[in-house]
Amino acid sequence: MGAFLVRRVIGMILVLIAVSFIVYLIFVKIPGGNPADRIAGRTATQANIVAIEHKLGLNHPFVVQWYDMVKALLSGTLISYYDGTNVVGQIKEGLPATFSLCIGAGIIWLFFGILVGTISAATAGRFSDRTITALALVGISLPVAWLGLILRYIFAEGGATSVFPDGGYVPLTQNPVQWLFHLLLPWLTLAVLFIGFYGRVLRSNILDTINEDFVRTAKAKGLSPRRIMVKHVLRASLIPIVTLFGLDFASVLGGGAIITETVYTLHGVGYYAYQSIEAQDLPPLMGVTLYGAAFIVVFSTLVDVAYAYLDPRIRLS
Amino acid sequence: MAEKLLDVSDLKVRFATEDGIVRAVDGVSFELERGKVLGIVGESGSGKSVTAMTLMGLTRGVNARFEGEILYKGTNLLEISDRDMQNYRGNELGMIFQDPMTSLNPVYRIGEQIAEAIRAHDDVDKRRARARAIELLRQVGIPNPDSRVDDFPHQFSGGMRQRAMIAMALSCNPSILIADEPTTALDVTIQAQIVELIGRLKDDFDSAVIFITHDLGVIADIADEIMVMYAGRIVEHGTKRDVFYDPQMPYTWGLLGSIPRLDRPRPERLHTIEGMPPSLINLPEGCKFRPRCPHVLEKCTEEPGLENRVDTPGHLDRCWLDVGFKRGHRDETIAGGSAEAA
Repeated sequence: MGAFLVRRVIGMILVLIAVSFIVYLIFVKIPGGNPADRIAGRTATQANIVAIEHKLGLNHPFVVQWYDMVKALLSGTLISYYDGTNVVGQIKEGLPATFSLCIGAGIIWLFFGILVGTISAATAGRFSDRTITALALVGISLPVAWLGLILRYIFAEGGATSVFPDGGYVPLTQNPVQWLFHLLLPWLTLAVLFIGFYGRVLRSNILDTINEDFVRTAKAKGLSPRRIMVKHVLRASLIPIVTLFGLDFASVLGGGAIITETVYTLHGVGYYAYQSIEAQDLPPLMGVTLYGAAFIVVFSTLVDVAYAYLDPRIRLS
Repeated sequence: MAEKLLDVSDLKVRFATEDGIVRAVDGVSFELERGKVLGIVGESGSGKSVTAMTLMGLTRGVNARFEGEILYKGTNLLEISDRDMQNYRGNELGMIFQDPMTSLNPVYRIGEQIAEAIRAHDDVDKRRARARAIELLRQVGIPNPDSRVDDFPHQFSGGMRQRAMIAMALSCNPSILIADEPTTALDVTIQAQIVELIGRLKDDFDSAVIFITHDLGVIADIADEIMVMYAGRIVEHGTKRDVFYDPQMPYTWGLLGSIPRLDRPRPERLHTIEGMPPSLINLPEGCKFRPRCPHVLEKCTEEPGLENRVDTPGHLDRCWLDVGFKRGHRDETIAGGSAEAA
């Protein structure tokens, strides 16, 4: 276990270095990528541009530029090219909204995904299964942006059926009821796709597991159908769901819920990422990307640890 | 006379599939007394496993239809509810399966899995169930059961896994142990140990055993009675002595001829039964073994009943051939290639 963790931590650091390098490379090499050009404005002279490049350190060799930026980011002194705000500070400000959105939505989609998948498998071929399958396909197919806007239009924009506040975020510590009220629609929007997807995956896992020999053994022991389902079938079928959840949850926590946060003007990390992309603002993008990548690598390690716990045949070596 | 535990009469099992109705078991009758070992022999698809699984209620499902009776101590197991059947499984009838690797749940400890079976039927706490699991493991010959009880299945060898399965099946002291090809997935040296163990535990637990195999050699020592199945029906039924020394069905000859034997001149190659078992959806007219039988008569287009045709009472077969003819010709098949070569 100790050796495993050491190896994984070294691996994570290497991945993060590679990610930061690639992000920087892409940003500087894309057409119109030179930040100095944009900052200088349309009527800039060559001298203006050179002065800005000099000020931002863009006249240094590529590797040095990259190194300086990562160093500034890690020491918390990196500032936006666009409005001069502190990148780390901005990300920190976005954390409560993003975490509230993602943890709530994660609980909802995991719970309903498992519920829907189990019901669907238990009644395979019957009406409830077919209904769930159809709804799941609809859920998977709905574009998040569209669903978010429609839900907002129906439930939040002041019409007859409008019961929720229209966007925005109220901190949990300030008013828990309002916090919940503001987040219900975003949670639903973010969770729908995952519920449909997890339900489908779990359904097929369960139907595969039901035919395993050890399930027949469990029946031959005289266990109740419920116990067979929960202790033997579901336990084995959930292992792949753990992987999916670990990585999906990490990606939304890491600022991946960009569309949901934008549609509901939740000022989280995803919303910050969206603004930075629009402004082609390199430092925040670097910050947000590394922040997201860190979640992915940490959670993929957690998934591996969870795997070893769930399946004793797997050893962390 | 020993207590009659099981009385199966005219059992029929059919499954509806997309290709048509599969007649997996078609009119099987037999009895089983306490202390006896019944061997059921046949190829894959002969209906022997479906018969066993039906005794356990494991073939129940929306696509399955049952006829006939399975009287266990006077109760018809085909008519009781799923919930009542649950109380029979494991408690009255225990079952072990072919592949002990896949039959044990890989994510639970051996002891947990045995204790789970105990606690499904007996109201005991976890500690007592565990103590009993250790005792059972000792009885089936697992060394150091005190520590091995906490092992996972993948830490056991194949033979030990099957021993653990047997411990689990016997954990609630069932009257009948059904062993469905319990040795097929094991090394030859381990096979004999498992068969011997089953025979010994049958006496220790005062139960009866139904031993299913495709290899007559495996049950030569242990079986009291042998039932040969083909195409979902019994084609020969008698004592072990009847079936081994006076087999009446050409199919049984083929099975006997396919056992390698050290007490006879070595044939160039072991006997094989030509062809494949028939589809259980479209069965041939008449005797079901007719397409593969080397001694077909015109009369064979009419199916022979399962009757006593020899002087030993209770020895039943389904074959029109003259008993004298059979006794004169069967060694050609049983002795295999050597008879033809001679």
